[in-house]
Amino acid sequence: MTLRLSIPWREARAPVLQRRHGGGGSKAVPVASAGRSRASGKTRRREEAGLKRANFGDGPGLPTLLLLPQLLILLFFFFIPSLRALMQSVLLSDPFGTNVQFVWFDNFKALLASSDYRQSIAVTFWFTLAQNVLTLGSALVLAFATDRIVRGRSAYRTIILLPYAIAPAIAGILWAFLFNPAVGPLAQVLHSFGVAWDPNLNPTDALILVTLAASWKHICYDYIFLVVGLLAVPVSLMEAAAVDGAGPIRRFVSIALPMLGPTIFFLTVMNFIYGFFETFAIIDAVTKGGPAGATNILVYKVFVDGFVNLDLGSSAAQSVLLMSFALICTLLQFRYFDRKVNYGV
Amino acid sequence: MVERSPVLNLVCHAILIVGALMVCVPLYFAFVAGSLTVAEVQKVPLPWLPGGQFFDNLQLAWSKGNFSRTFANSIIVALGITAGKIAVSLLSAFAITYFRFRYRMLAFWLIFVSLMLPIEVRIVPTFEAVANAALPLQWLLDSVYVADLWGWISGHEVAIALEWNMVNTYPGLILPLIASATATFLFRQFFLTIPDELCEAARLDGASPLHFFWSILLPLSVPNMVALAIILFLFGWNQYLWPLLFTTDKDMATAVIALKGLIPRSDSEPAWNIAMSGALLTMLPPVLVVLLLQRWFIKGLVDSSK
Repeated sequence: MTLRLSIPWREARAPVLQRRHGGGGSKAVPVASAGRSRASGKTRRREEAGLKRANFGDGPGLPTLLLLPQLLILLFFFFIPSLRALMQSVLLSDPFGTNVQFVWFDNFKALLASSDYRQSIAVTFWFTLAQNVLTLGSALVLAFATDRIVRGRSAYRTIILLPYAIAPAIAGILWAFLFNPAVGPLAQVLHSFGVAWDPNLNPTDALILVTLAASWKHICYDYIFLVVGLLAVPVSLMEAAAVDGAGPIRRFVSIALPMLGPTIFFLTVMNFIYGFFETFAIIDAVTKGGPAGATNILVYKVFVDGFVNLDLGSSAAQSVLLMSFALICTLLQFRYFDRKVNYGV
Repeated sequence: MVERSPVLNLVCHAILIVGALMVCVPLYFAFVAGSLTVAEVQKVPLPWLPGGQFFDNLQLAWSKGNFSRTFANSIIVALGITAGKIAVSLLSAFAITYFRFRYRMLAFWLIFVSLMLPIEVRIVPTFEAVANAALPLQWLLDSVYVADLWGWISGHEVAIALEWNMVNTYPGLILPLIASATATFLFRQFFLTIPDELCEAARLDGASPLHFFWSILLPLSVPNMVALAIILFLFGWNQYLWPLLFTTDKDMATAVIALKGLIPRSDSEPAWNIAMSGALLTMLPPVLVVLLLQRWFIKGLVDSSK
């Protein structure tokens, strides 16, 4: 099943690589031909990549009609806005949009020179890294434990999966309450130990708070993928290793972990995407980027510069930089599909 | 299970209990805080056992957060996003797997590229697009100088200003979130595993493409649709950035946005009990969905990320 599902992905991936090496040129043409030449070598012949052998043939009318809703939405809400962002990133305009000037890459230069932006990059880096390590580490331990036990497995799983249903904003609010310096029960525990905890004033405390909230919300995601992945590790391998005298932890580290490699890689990329983009709600609900920009992650800064400070050029330049990051993540993700075929887990 | 090791099993249970506790502690304290009075919730230390105000607080939160209206909004938006995404993705997956036409791969790649542009990174320009969806048409008109032409013909100065404002409307909340590369790919992958014989048989029997889609493909896709629908419902219900930007009218806000208004800020009365009741209320629908439909939920989660 895995292999069959993966074939179209391999075909789809080939052009990505090719485009990266080949550079510019038309997008569609090399893609189609590359897909075709690869597919023809397969045992399961297909004339074109991702096209059913039994299809409804030619005639552009009906398929255009079918694709129209998707493409229209993409055009209006994806491509045109992205183009606008690209355009605005090389323009300088006042907040009312009356005076617009073409300034080449000045927006980017100003951005990279500003200490605010550098701080934002650093904050985003530490935030996503800490969140990633915390999330993946806890998820691995929990998945290992879940794989070992039989009794009560589904009950544990149900509870651990719960945060997935909870909106990031709500997760943020729950944690903001727990660690609220005035009323939060856990903050009170910290105070009783003599820790001067106050995320409203102390930058480090604020960063710790949003990292905890973000990880709490995301552990379940990594967890379920690891549990499903562990189920796919062949029992025969585990038994053979056990006969050779490897204990449960040794088996986990030396057999299960390498086989889960692609999954872990995929989850790392997903965690970075989550930390970069989806934690916006947590930041906005808990700290609003403060104190003193300590939790001002890149996505939040795009929002603040665009909607509060009305610095459209800078906001657009930031959007463009973020888009390139998202592009890299997506390409990395595609490597995962390729590796998946090799391991079969 | 390869061997018996009671000690390790015990450790594993302990780990899982700690994990479950970590999940439950914030929820438990939300419940505790939600059951106290305003005075009690400010006591140091906070009582660790629930008080008796739970239902009163729920009622107060319900009316303060305008939840009878915002819950309806959330349901409409979440269901709209779910239904819209599934419909749009099914149709385009059908088009790119079952038809051969010239720009098939171009369409595929256009959809694929949208994966790389998460909505968060194009906040400002997308807001412009929703604030006036007719803007691209306006540019088109401007670029071909229709207004100037008309002014030249009729002798009057004319300015053509198109406007289609979607702020504070349901389409504005739903449409920008409907396009989905992942859902399209999920259905595409699934269609590729459907035996070719089905399509051949349908064509022999004289079924039109749409007939084949409706009476064969659609019923076969139901499990995938259900699994995906759960994920999309959660996605729609938990939206934050989008509704935050596109609803200036309180009556068009979603539940999550309304909840934000309940959080005490430094200058207001610290009514954390009401905020926590509101948080519990707002998370209830998605939590119920996950609890009741867990197997489908896991399938949807794992499938939609492939």
